[in-house]
Parts: sequence; structure tokens; C-alpha cells
Amino acid sequence: MIKFINKGNNDTRSGFGAGLLELGRTNKNVVALCADLTGSLKMNEFKNEFPNRFIQVGIAEANMMGIAAGLTIGDKIPFTGTFANFSTGRVYDQIRQSIAYSNKNVKICASHAGITLGEDGATHQILEDLGLMKMLPGMTVINTCDYNQTKAATIEIAKHFGPVYLRFGRPKVPNFTPEKQNFIIGKGVKLINGNDVTIVSTGHLVWQSIIAANELSNQGVKADVINIHTIKPLDKQIILDSISKTNCIVSCEEHNIIGGLGESISRLIVKNILCPMEFVGVNDTFGESGKPEDLMKKYKLDSENIIKKCKKVISRKK
Amino acid sequence: MKKLEDLVFQIRRDIVRMVNEVNSGHPGGSLGCTEFFIVLFFKIMNRRDDFDMNGKDEDLFFLSNGHISPVYYSTLARAGYFPVTELNTFRKINSRLQGHPTTHEGLPGIRIASGSLGQGMSVAIGAAISKKLNNDRNIIYSLHGDGELQEGQNWEAIMFASANKIDNIICTIDYNQKQIDGDLKEVLDLGDIPQKFKSFNWHVIKLLDGNNLKKVEEALISAKKLTGNGKPVAIIMNTIMGNGVDYMMGSHKWHGVAPNNEELKIALDQNPETLKDY
Repeated sequence: MIKFINKGNNDTRSGFGAGLLELGRTNKNVVALCADLTGSLKMNEFKNEFPNRFIQVGIAEANMMGIAAGLTIGDKIPFTGTFANFSTGRVYDQIRQSIAYSNKNVKICASHAGITLGEDGATHQILEDLGLMKMLPGMTVINTCDYNQTKAATIEIAKHFGPVYLRFGRPKVPNFTPEKQNFIIGKGVKLINGNDVTIVSTGHLVWQSIIAANELSNQGVKADVINIHTIKPLDKQIILDSISKTNCIVSCEEHNIIGGLGESISRLIVKNILCPMEFVGVNDTFGESGKPEDLMKKYKLDSENIIKKCKKVISRKK
Repeated sequence: MKKLEDLVFQIRRDIVRMVNEVNSGHPGGSLGCTEFFIVLFFKIMNRRDDFDMNGKDEDLFFLSNGHISPVYYSTLARAGYFPVTELNTFRKINSRLQGHPTTHEGLPGIRIASGSLGQGMSVAIGAAISKKLNNDRNIIYSLHGDGELQEGQNWEAIMFASANKIDNIICTIDYNQKQIDGDLKEVLDLGDIPQKFKSFNWHVIKLLDGNNLKKVEEALISAKKLTGNGKPVAIIMNTIMGNGVDYMMGSHKWHGVAPNNEELKIALDQNPETLKDY
């Protein structure tokens, strides 16, 4: 059993801020835009070091997306920063026409995604953003799991030409992936090997999946755990290879089960290897106010539910 | 001006023939903006012959009200961006000339998709900032419908541009006072548009006859002189919807309706062929 060491809790948004700062130093074409949430997005260091390449648009996200699209004409690589809700649902048509359909090299960076935004409640807790973004042709969709991975992803997406949606969160969560990592867009990461059940997880649920796999292992059940940071394009091979030995799968995400990672995987298995599947995610409801950890428990986005779903899916195997 | 006058007739012919051929499209606004497009592309803009998406070291143009694509396509073709014969593919399957302009099919001259209204000014501002960051002193031009100003995103952009001293941009508003459902004043009165831009701290030029080549040129030259002064520039351009085709002039009914074959003949009779039809 591989041990994953939490090198100290940290927030994924700080990983974004650190990655953006590094990009500012290494790529003069990187420009950052923010809609009055510079502190929340951890963009202050970039702003202070590169004031000419930082654009404060005020509380006007639609305008921000349009300006970002225009900046690409002239070779700039704009990174927009606001909460996930205001990065997607609020500006869907601007992204659709001016960025996705126009194939502009804009990086839409979205913090405070999902229910772990916590106390602000459902107006701010978007659980539909992965679905909205993955439906746009040509959009790359990434949901990172910890500080180190978010930093690596932020740096990597600047090298990729095309629109990208990068989703991360607010709370401090375990930082367990390597500080130096080779982040490859569209490539899943195998965390734990096992033959009994496949767990495919994204974002904050990856750490919960590791906890669940450890507990299952203690009970004699060996889980194959995959960290899928890129929702689109999905790493089909790593998932198919895994279920061809486990014959069952559980998807885990801090998102509505409608439209999320699990839905993409279910399409994959229906077309390739039929096997039982269970979903850990929010079941078509809005969120509510509360502490992130309490909400994760209430909405069954925790290791306990992952274990339950694993046992259920194994029992469905013929 | 002879050559430009020839272009006026020819582009009007292109517009009505394109929309008639597919029995769809937007002739009214296209005809109303014909003189503007001709002066901008053939007299004012510093353009490179080859098309490059990044548009470095040249002036750029963005069409926000993408539904007047017929005049845009005809102008681009007549300016040499793609073969004039391609106008015959407008709105047909497998064409680069989509109903509304797009970069998706790789048509030279187009740098952004437009059609869903209210987005073009933000894009133009982004391109203007990009020019400043690149120390490129060329100018960004954009065109917007008057009805389009009902979209709230414009006012975010208008506010941003003056607050951030985006002074390398000239936004023209096609003030034909008509929209699909009727007169602007009846659908949603925008009040005093020049005054609104002024109160947002823009330079404002009122162009009272946007269908007069000379007046359009004078207005654009004046606007150019106002750039680089710490403020964005707006031209409020009065035009007549459907200009040049008598039965279309001044009526909102021709906003999004194509002439039938008989109507086309009348329109063509009023605008003799000058530079050869496509």
C-alpha cells in the first residue's frame, strides 16, 4: 500500500496564485484579469509584481471574458480569475461565442468551486460548472486536487493553445502530490493499484478516495485509485485498463452527478466495457451554508460514502 | 471619390443578391452601413494585405452586430481578403460565410465570432489593451448596432474603457433608430445616446449623415485625431436602414427579411453594376 503524505493543508487557490506568479516571471505574454476578487483568487502577488499585466475589471464578468478574448489578438495569454459560479454560469454566452467558438487562447481560472465554498451558500456554490464547460466544443476542463497539482496545472495550461477551464477551491485541504510533478493535460494519474474496484476521483474528492482505499484495504478490499484532473479530454485508456481488471467503478466529484465526471465515464463504459458503476456526487440539488467539512459529510462527499459505494458496486458484480 | 462610389453600388448589389439567394439574412442594417464600411476599409484603416489573426502593426476592425454580415463579407471580398466569387456561398452549407461572422471556418478578415449581441466592445477593448502592451500604436475600430446598446455588457465595457483610458479605440454606433420589433424608441428608448457616452467620459462625435461618403470620412478622420488623448472615442452615426433601395429605406421590416426575385430586380435596377457582380 502506497502511503500518501499530507505535507500540510493548503488551499488550491494559493497553488493557482503561485503558478500565476511564476508564469508572470517566465512568460511575458501572460496577462491576468480579475473581477474584484484579487485577494480571494490569490492574484495579489502577480498584481504587485506585474501591474501593467494585471487588469482589474471590477464587478463585470461578462466584460472580463470579452476583454480576455480580445487580448489574445496580439498574442497575449489571458488568465481570468473569479469564483467558479461567475466564471461559468454568469458568462456562459460570452465564453461560448467570444472564447470557445472563436477558439481564443483564454484560461478561465475558477476558484471557490463546489460546495466547499461553505458559508456563502448556494448562490455561490456552483455544482454545474464542469458540465457547462465540458459541453463547449474545444474547451479543455481541468479540476485539480491539491496545492501542488493546481500550481503545476496553472503553469502547464499556458503552454497549451486553446481555451481552458481550470477549477479549484477555497478551503485548505491536504497537499499530497509531488512538489515537482509533470502535469500532462488529459492524462490521469494512478495513485493506488488494486483489483477489486476502480475509484476515479477528481478535485477535493481525490484525498477522500485515498482515505477510503486505505480503509477498504484494511478490510481486504483492494481499490484501484485514479486521479482524473482533466475532465475533458478524458483519459479513456487509464479508466478502461482499470475496469478491465476490476469490472466495476465508482466516480467521485464535488459536482452534480448530472453533467459531471461520472457522466463522462458512464458514456465511456457504455461504449466499451459494460460494468456496474456507482456515483459519489451531489444528487441534483443546490448546496447550502455551512462549514465545508460539515457540508461534505451532509452531501455524502466523503470517504465514508466512497467506501459504501465501493461495497455496493462490488456486490453488483456478477 | 469615384472608386468609392462605384464600391457603394457594387456592395449594395452584393448585399441584396446574397440575401435573396438564400432567402434569409439582414439587408437593412447592411445597406445602412455600406458607406461606413467602404470608407473605413478603403480610406481610413492601416491594413496589411495578408491576414494574420494577431494583427500586429495594423489597425483592426471588430463587428459587434454580426447580423450585418453581408456588408462585412462583401467589403472583405472586395478588399481582397478572399475571392469575390465566395460571396455566392453565403449562408449555404459547408461555407466559410456563416450567417453570422466566425473565425471557426477560417475566413480571412474575421478575428472574432459575433451575432449574440453586446460582446464586441469588450473584445475590441481587449485587443486595444493588447496593442498597448505590444507598443503597437495602431487603432481598433468597432461597429455596434444602436438597439444592441440595450445589452448590459456594453455599459460594463463603456465604463471600463474610460476608467482605464483606452484611447486607441473608435467605437461607432449605427444609429438607424430601428430594431427587429420596431422603432428603438418604442421597443426600449435609449434616450440621448451621445449624452450617455459623454457622461461616461468618452469623446463623442455626432455623424449626422452616415450615408454620405465624405461626411463619414470626415468623422473618422476627426475621431482618429482624438485618439491618444486619454479617452475612448465614440461616433454616433445616423444612418438610414435599407439605404439605397427605395422600398427598404427607413423601415424596420427589412431588418431581417430578404427581397424576393421581383424585389431584387427593383433593387438591382436602382444600383447599377460597377465592379462586376460575383
